[in-house]
Amino acid sequence: MRVRFLVALVVAVFAATASAVAAPSPSDLEAELVCPTCKTTLDQSDAPIARRMKQIIRTRLSDGATEKQIKAELVAQFGPGVIAEPPKSGFDLLAWLVPLGILAGGALGVGAIAWGWSRRRRDEAPVEPLDPALERRVDAELDRYET
Amino acid sequence: MTGRGQGSIQRVGQVIALVGVAALLGLLIWRVAFKDNSGAADELAQGKLVEAPAFTLDRLDRDGGLALADLRGKAVVVNFWASWCIPCRDEAPVLQKTYERYRDQGLVVLGVDVNDFRADARRFMRRYGLTYPVVYDGKGSTVGKWGVRGFPETFFVDRSGTLVGERIEGAVDIERNRETFERGVALALGDAP
Repeated sequence: MRVRFLVALVVAVFAATASAVAAPSPSDLEAELVCPTCKTTLDQSDAPIARRMKQIIRTRLSDGATEKQIKAELVAQFGPGVIAEPPKSGFDLLAWLVPLGILAGGALGVGAIAWGWSRRRRDEAPVEPLDPALERRVDAELDRYET
Repeated sequence: MTGRGQGSIQRVGQVIALVGVAALLGLLIWRVAFKDNSGAADELAQGKLVEAPAFTLDRLDRDGGLALADLRGKAVVVNFWASWCIPCRDEAPVLQKTYERYRDQGLVVLGVDVNDFRADARRFMRRYGLTYPVVYDGKGSTVGKWGVRGFPETFFVDRSGTLVGERIEGAVDIERNRETFERGVALALGDAP
């Protein structure tokens, strides 16, 4: 009985998650689309065309349109620049690759520096033991200082 | 790695960082100082002889496309507008009347609907009874070349395709620009001295 309940719970959670993925909220889309006049995302714009686009997005979502369909419709009206994230093809691919390249270069640089430090410590000459006479003298001085 | 090797890695890193910063700084200076992004409107304001920037766009008033070059030989009032723009509503009847009045003399009012939904634009055209040609520029591809700063804006193109008169920012034929508008129409038609 308990197992059945758990299975039902898991199925319900998955179904809810799946439906959430299929139907994005208007605010999700507004953060991914750009106002053509002010060039900020719709959620940050109060321009007349941005307000109209938000209205259209809500209407299309209530009609059952998917995120992909809505984006395609807006691209057909305003061009690919209406999508906030750059396309992953052609010249625009650089917008994705350059930051990744910089990140990888930075990681390599940090790795090289860390490796250099560890090698330097290994290569450092061992510390020679203190002369016993000098050590006794230091101890005596310290004792006198503490008392 | 020895201390000398470590030092050389640091120096290479510093050089790369310096070159990167210098390149970005150079790009910024070039963009600010040399890149001319003002469009035809600013050149016109400086008194230069400017050819109207070319475009070919889909029509909203009927099927097919229209190139500005197709109107060579005619006087053209190019009006940039959008259905969501409130002053555009005020000037629409004026533009329609101008078209009707001067059409026989070879004047065309050409509406360029920018950053708009096609359906909204067509609704606007029906509402205001616009019969002059209107093209659709949803992406705003004409804005930079013409130097359009807001909506509506109106330019005058003479029969040879050259910009004449003054660009009008805001709705036409209101008190502050009636003379500018009438002079622009006359210059485009070739009637002004």
